Amino acid sequence: MNTNRRKLLVRTLGTVGLLGTSKVFATAEDVEAAIKAIAGDAEITQGALTLTAPEIAENGNSVPIAVLVDGELTPESYVESVAVFADGNPNPEVITFNFTPDSGEAFAATRLRLAKTQNVVAVAKMNDGTVLTDTKNVKVTIGGCGG
Amino acid sequence: MAKPRIKVPKKAAAGDVIKIKALVSHTMESGQRKDKEGNVIPRKIINKFVCSFNGSTVFSCDIDPAVSANPYLEFRAKVMESGTFTFQWTDDDSSVIEAEKSIEVA
Amino acid sequence: MHVMNKKALLTAAFASLSTLAVASPVDDVLIIDEEIEMTTRVESVEGHPIPEVISGWHYRTPETRALEADSFANPGMLGVETGESIWHTVEGTAGKSCASCHNDATVSMKGVGANYPKWDEKNQRPKNIEAQINHCRVENMGAEPYAFDKGGQKPLTAYIKHQSLGMPVEIDLEEGDMQAWWEKGKETYYLRTGQLNLSCASCHEKNHGNYIRADHLSQGNVNGFPTYRLKQNKLISLHNRFRGCIRDTRAEYPAAFSDVLMGLEVYTTWRGTGLAVETPAVRQ
Repeated sequence: MNTNRRKLLVRTLGTVGLLGTSKVFATAEDVEAAIKAIAGDAEITQGALTLTAPEIAENGNSVPIAVLVDGELTPESYVESVAVFADGNPNPEVITFNFTPDSGEAFAATRLRLAKTQNVVAVAKMNDGTVLTDTKNVKVTIGGCGG
Repeated sequence: MAKPRIKVPKKAAAGDVIKIKALVSHTMESGQRKDKEGNVIPRKIINKFVCSFNGSTVFSCDIDPAVSANPYLEFRAKVMESGTFTFQWTDDDSSVIEAEKSIEVA
Repeated sequence: MHVMNKKALLTAAFASLSTLAVASPVDDVLIIDEEIEMTTRVESVEGHPIPEVISGWHYRTPETRALEADSFANPGMLGVETGESIWHTVEGTAGKSCASCHNDATVSMKGVGANYPKWDEKNQRPKNIEAQINHCRVENMGAEPYAFDKGGQKPLTAYIKHQSLGMPVEIDLEEGDMQAWWEKGKETYYLRTGQLNLSCASCHEKNHGNYIRADHLSQGNVNGFPTYRLKQNKLISLHNRFRGCIRDTRAEYPAAFSDVLMGLEVYTTWRGTGLAVETPAVRQ
């Protein structure tokens, strides 16, 4: 197969086959801007927030993820929200989980769509303004028949 | 349309943090796809989910088109007394799917 | 493209991706809801070319396998529940639902899905669940038959097959001319077709466990259909999958329920003899 033909093929797959649209993807900068909007001037730390996601997803249409912030939730100290972003999707926003002290535990799980291999980023905001993040890279396979 | 599927324990002890799972049938049309004629298929998703217990919100989420079809959610709730959980899924067209589950707390 | 190149390309396409640290097929046990232990590996029946028959479940990632093991999380169960409501819905001029004659499906349909296709004496061909549903609709309910994959066909088929969850697949080739249709199906299975010149056996017999591009090839057993496919995010019927597979060889594909595909259903079902019915299975 000559190189030009391969290039054409790749371009065709990219614009028509994969998404059926030529819309551009989000970037890591878009996600950074979204995090900044949540965090404001607060310092962003890691550790207490864990984002679980598969290393390899055999279909990007349904990728299971879970978020968990350590510790019990009380009216005095609780997680307000955990927002999830994807830096390679048409739009970076995925979902925002909103917790209350009655949630008991800041855990939530769902399934999401990933257009290609990319980073999934979770951002937790505590009621005292503290902001936590965690990132996982998910490889999305495009199969011969299954993809 | 299939009824929403919800899993809540029937019984718990006061102060328990219980597991809740919810699954609803919905295509979650992302607004990114085109039909055979090349026209963009308009976005139509569940954009909001709220779970309340005895009238006050326990957990909610704001949902974007990147959530998979037939959206699945799992979360926790701390229960202190017997009562009823209500679940609401809000569609882009403003329609709301509602469901309820009771729990006995000893 | 030269013939030699094409051959080399195909060989390369079936490469075992040693860089991916995946045991193939995965050594794991499928227990649905921590309750129903499923037979996903079994010694094959006499005359089968592969010594051990393995469910497609073993070829999937941990996340996909987990979805099938939890009947709540399995989105295919939404279709099964839709099928349950159709079972109880009156349709047609006779004013009947499925339940009017067959009562409680959890009793009357138990084991049925594990033993289909069966011989249809009247039409002198094998019938699958879809054909039996249409027979009931036309003859007993006075309702329109379902067109392929339309109306309640997929959910109702899934609901009926789900009543045999965990039961071993076994079809009776002694009935009528089933054996002749098995032969026809076998011919189709080994017939190379399409621009890629592939038969069912090229992938699912000779290369199960290997990768075709990023796709981990299974033995192509049919014990989980209708199957929830993550690619389409919905239940996919067996004949839809047959057609998709054949299309992927870049061949013209036969009509659903045509003689060619009915033969193939008989033959591929037989190949999975002894595997537990998994409907609705979850696949990529």
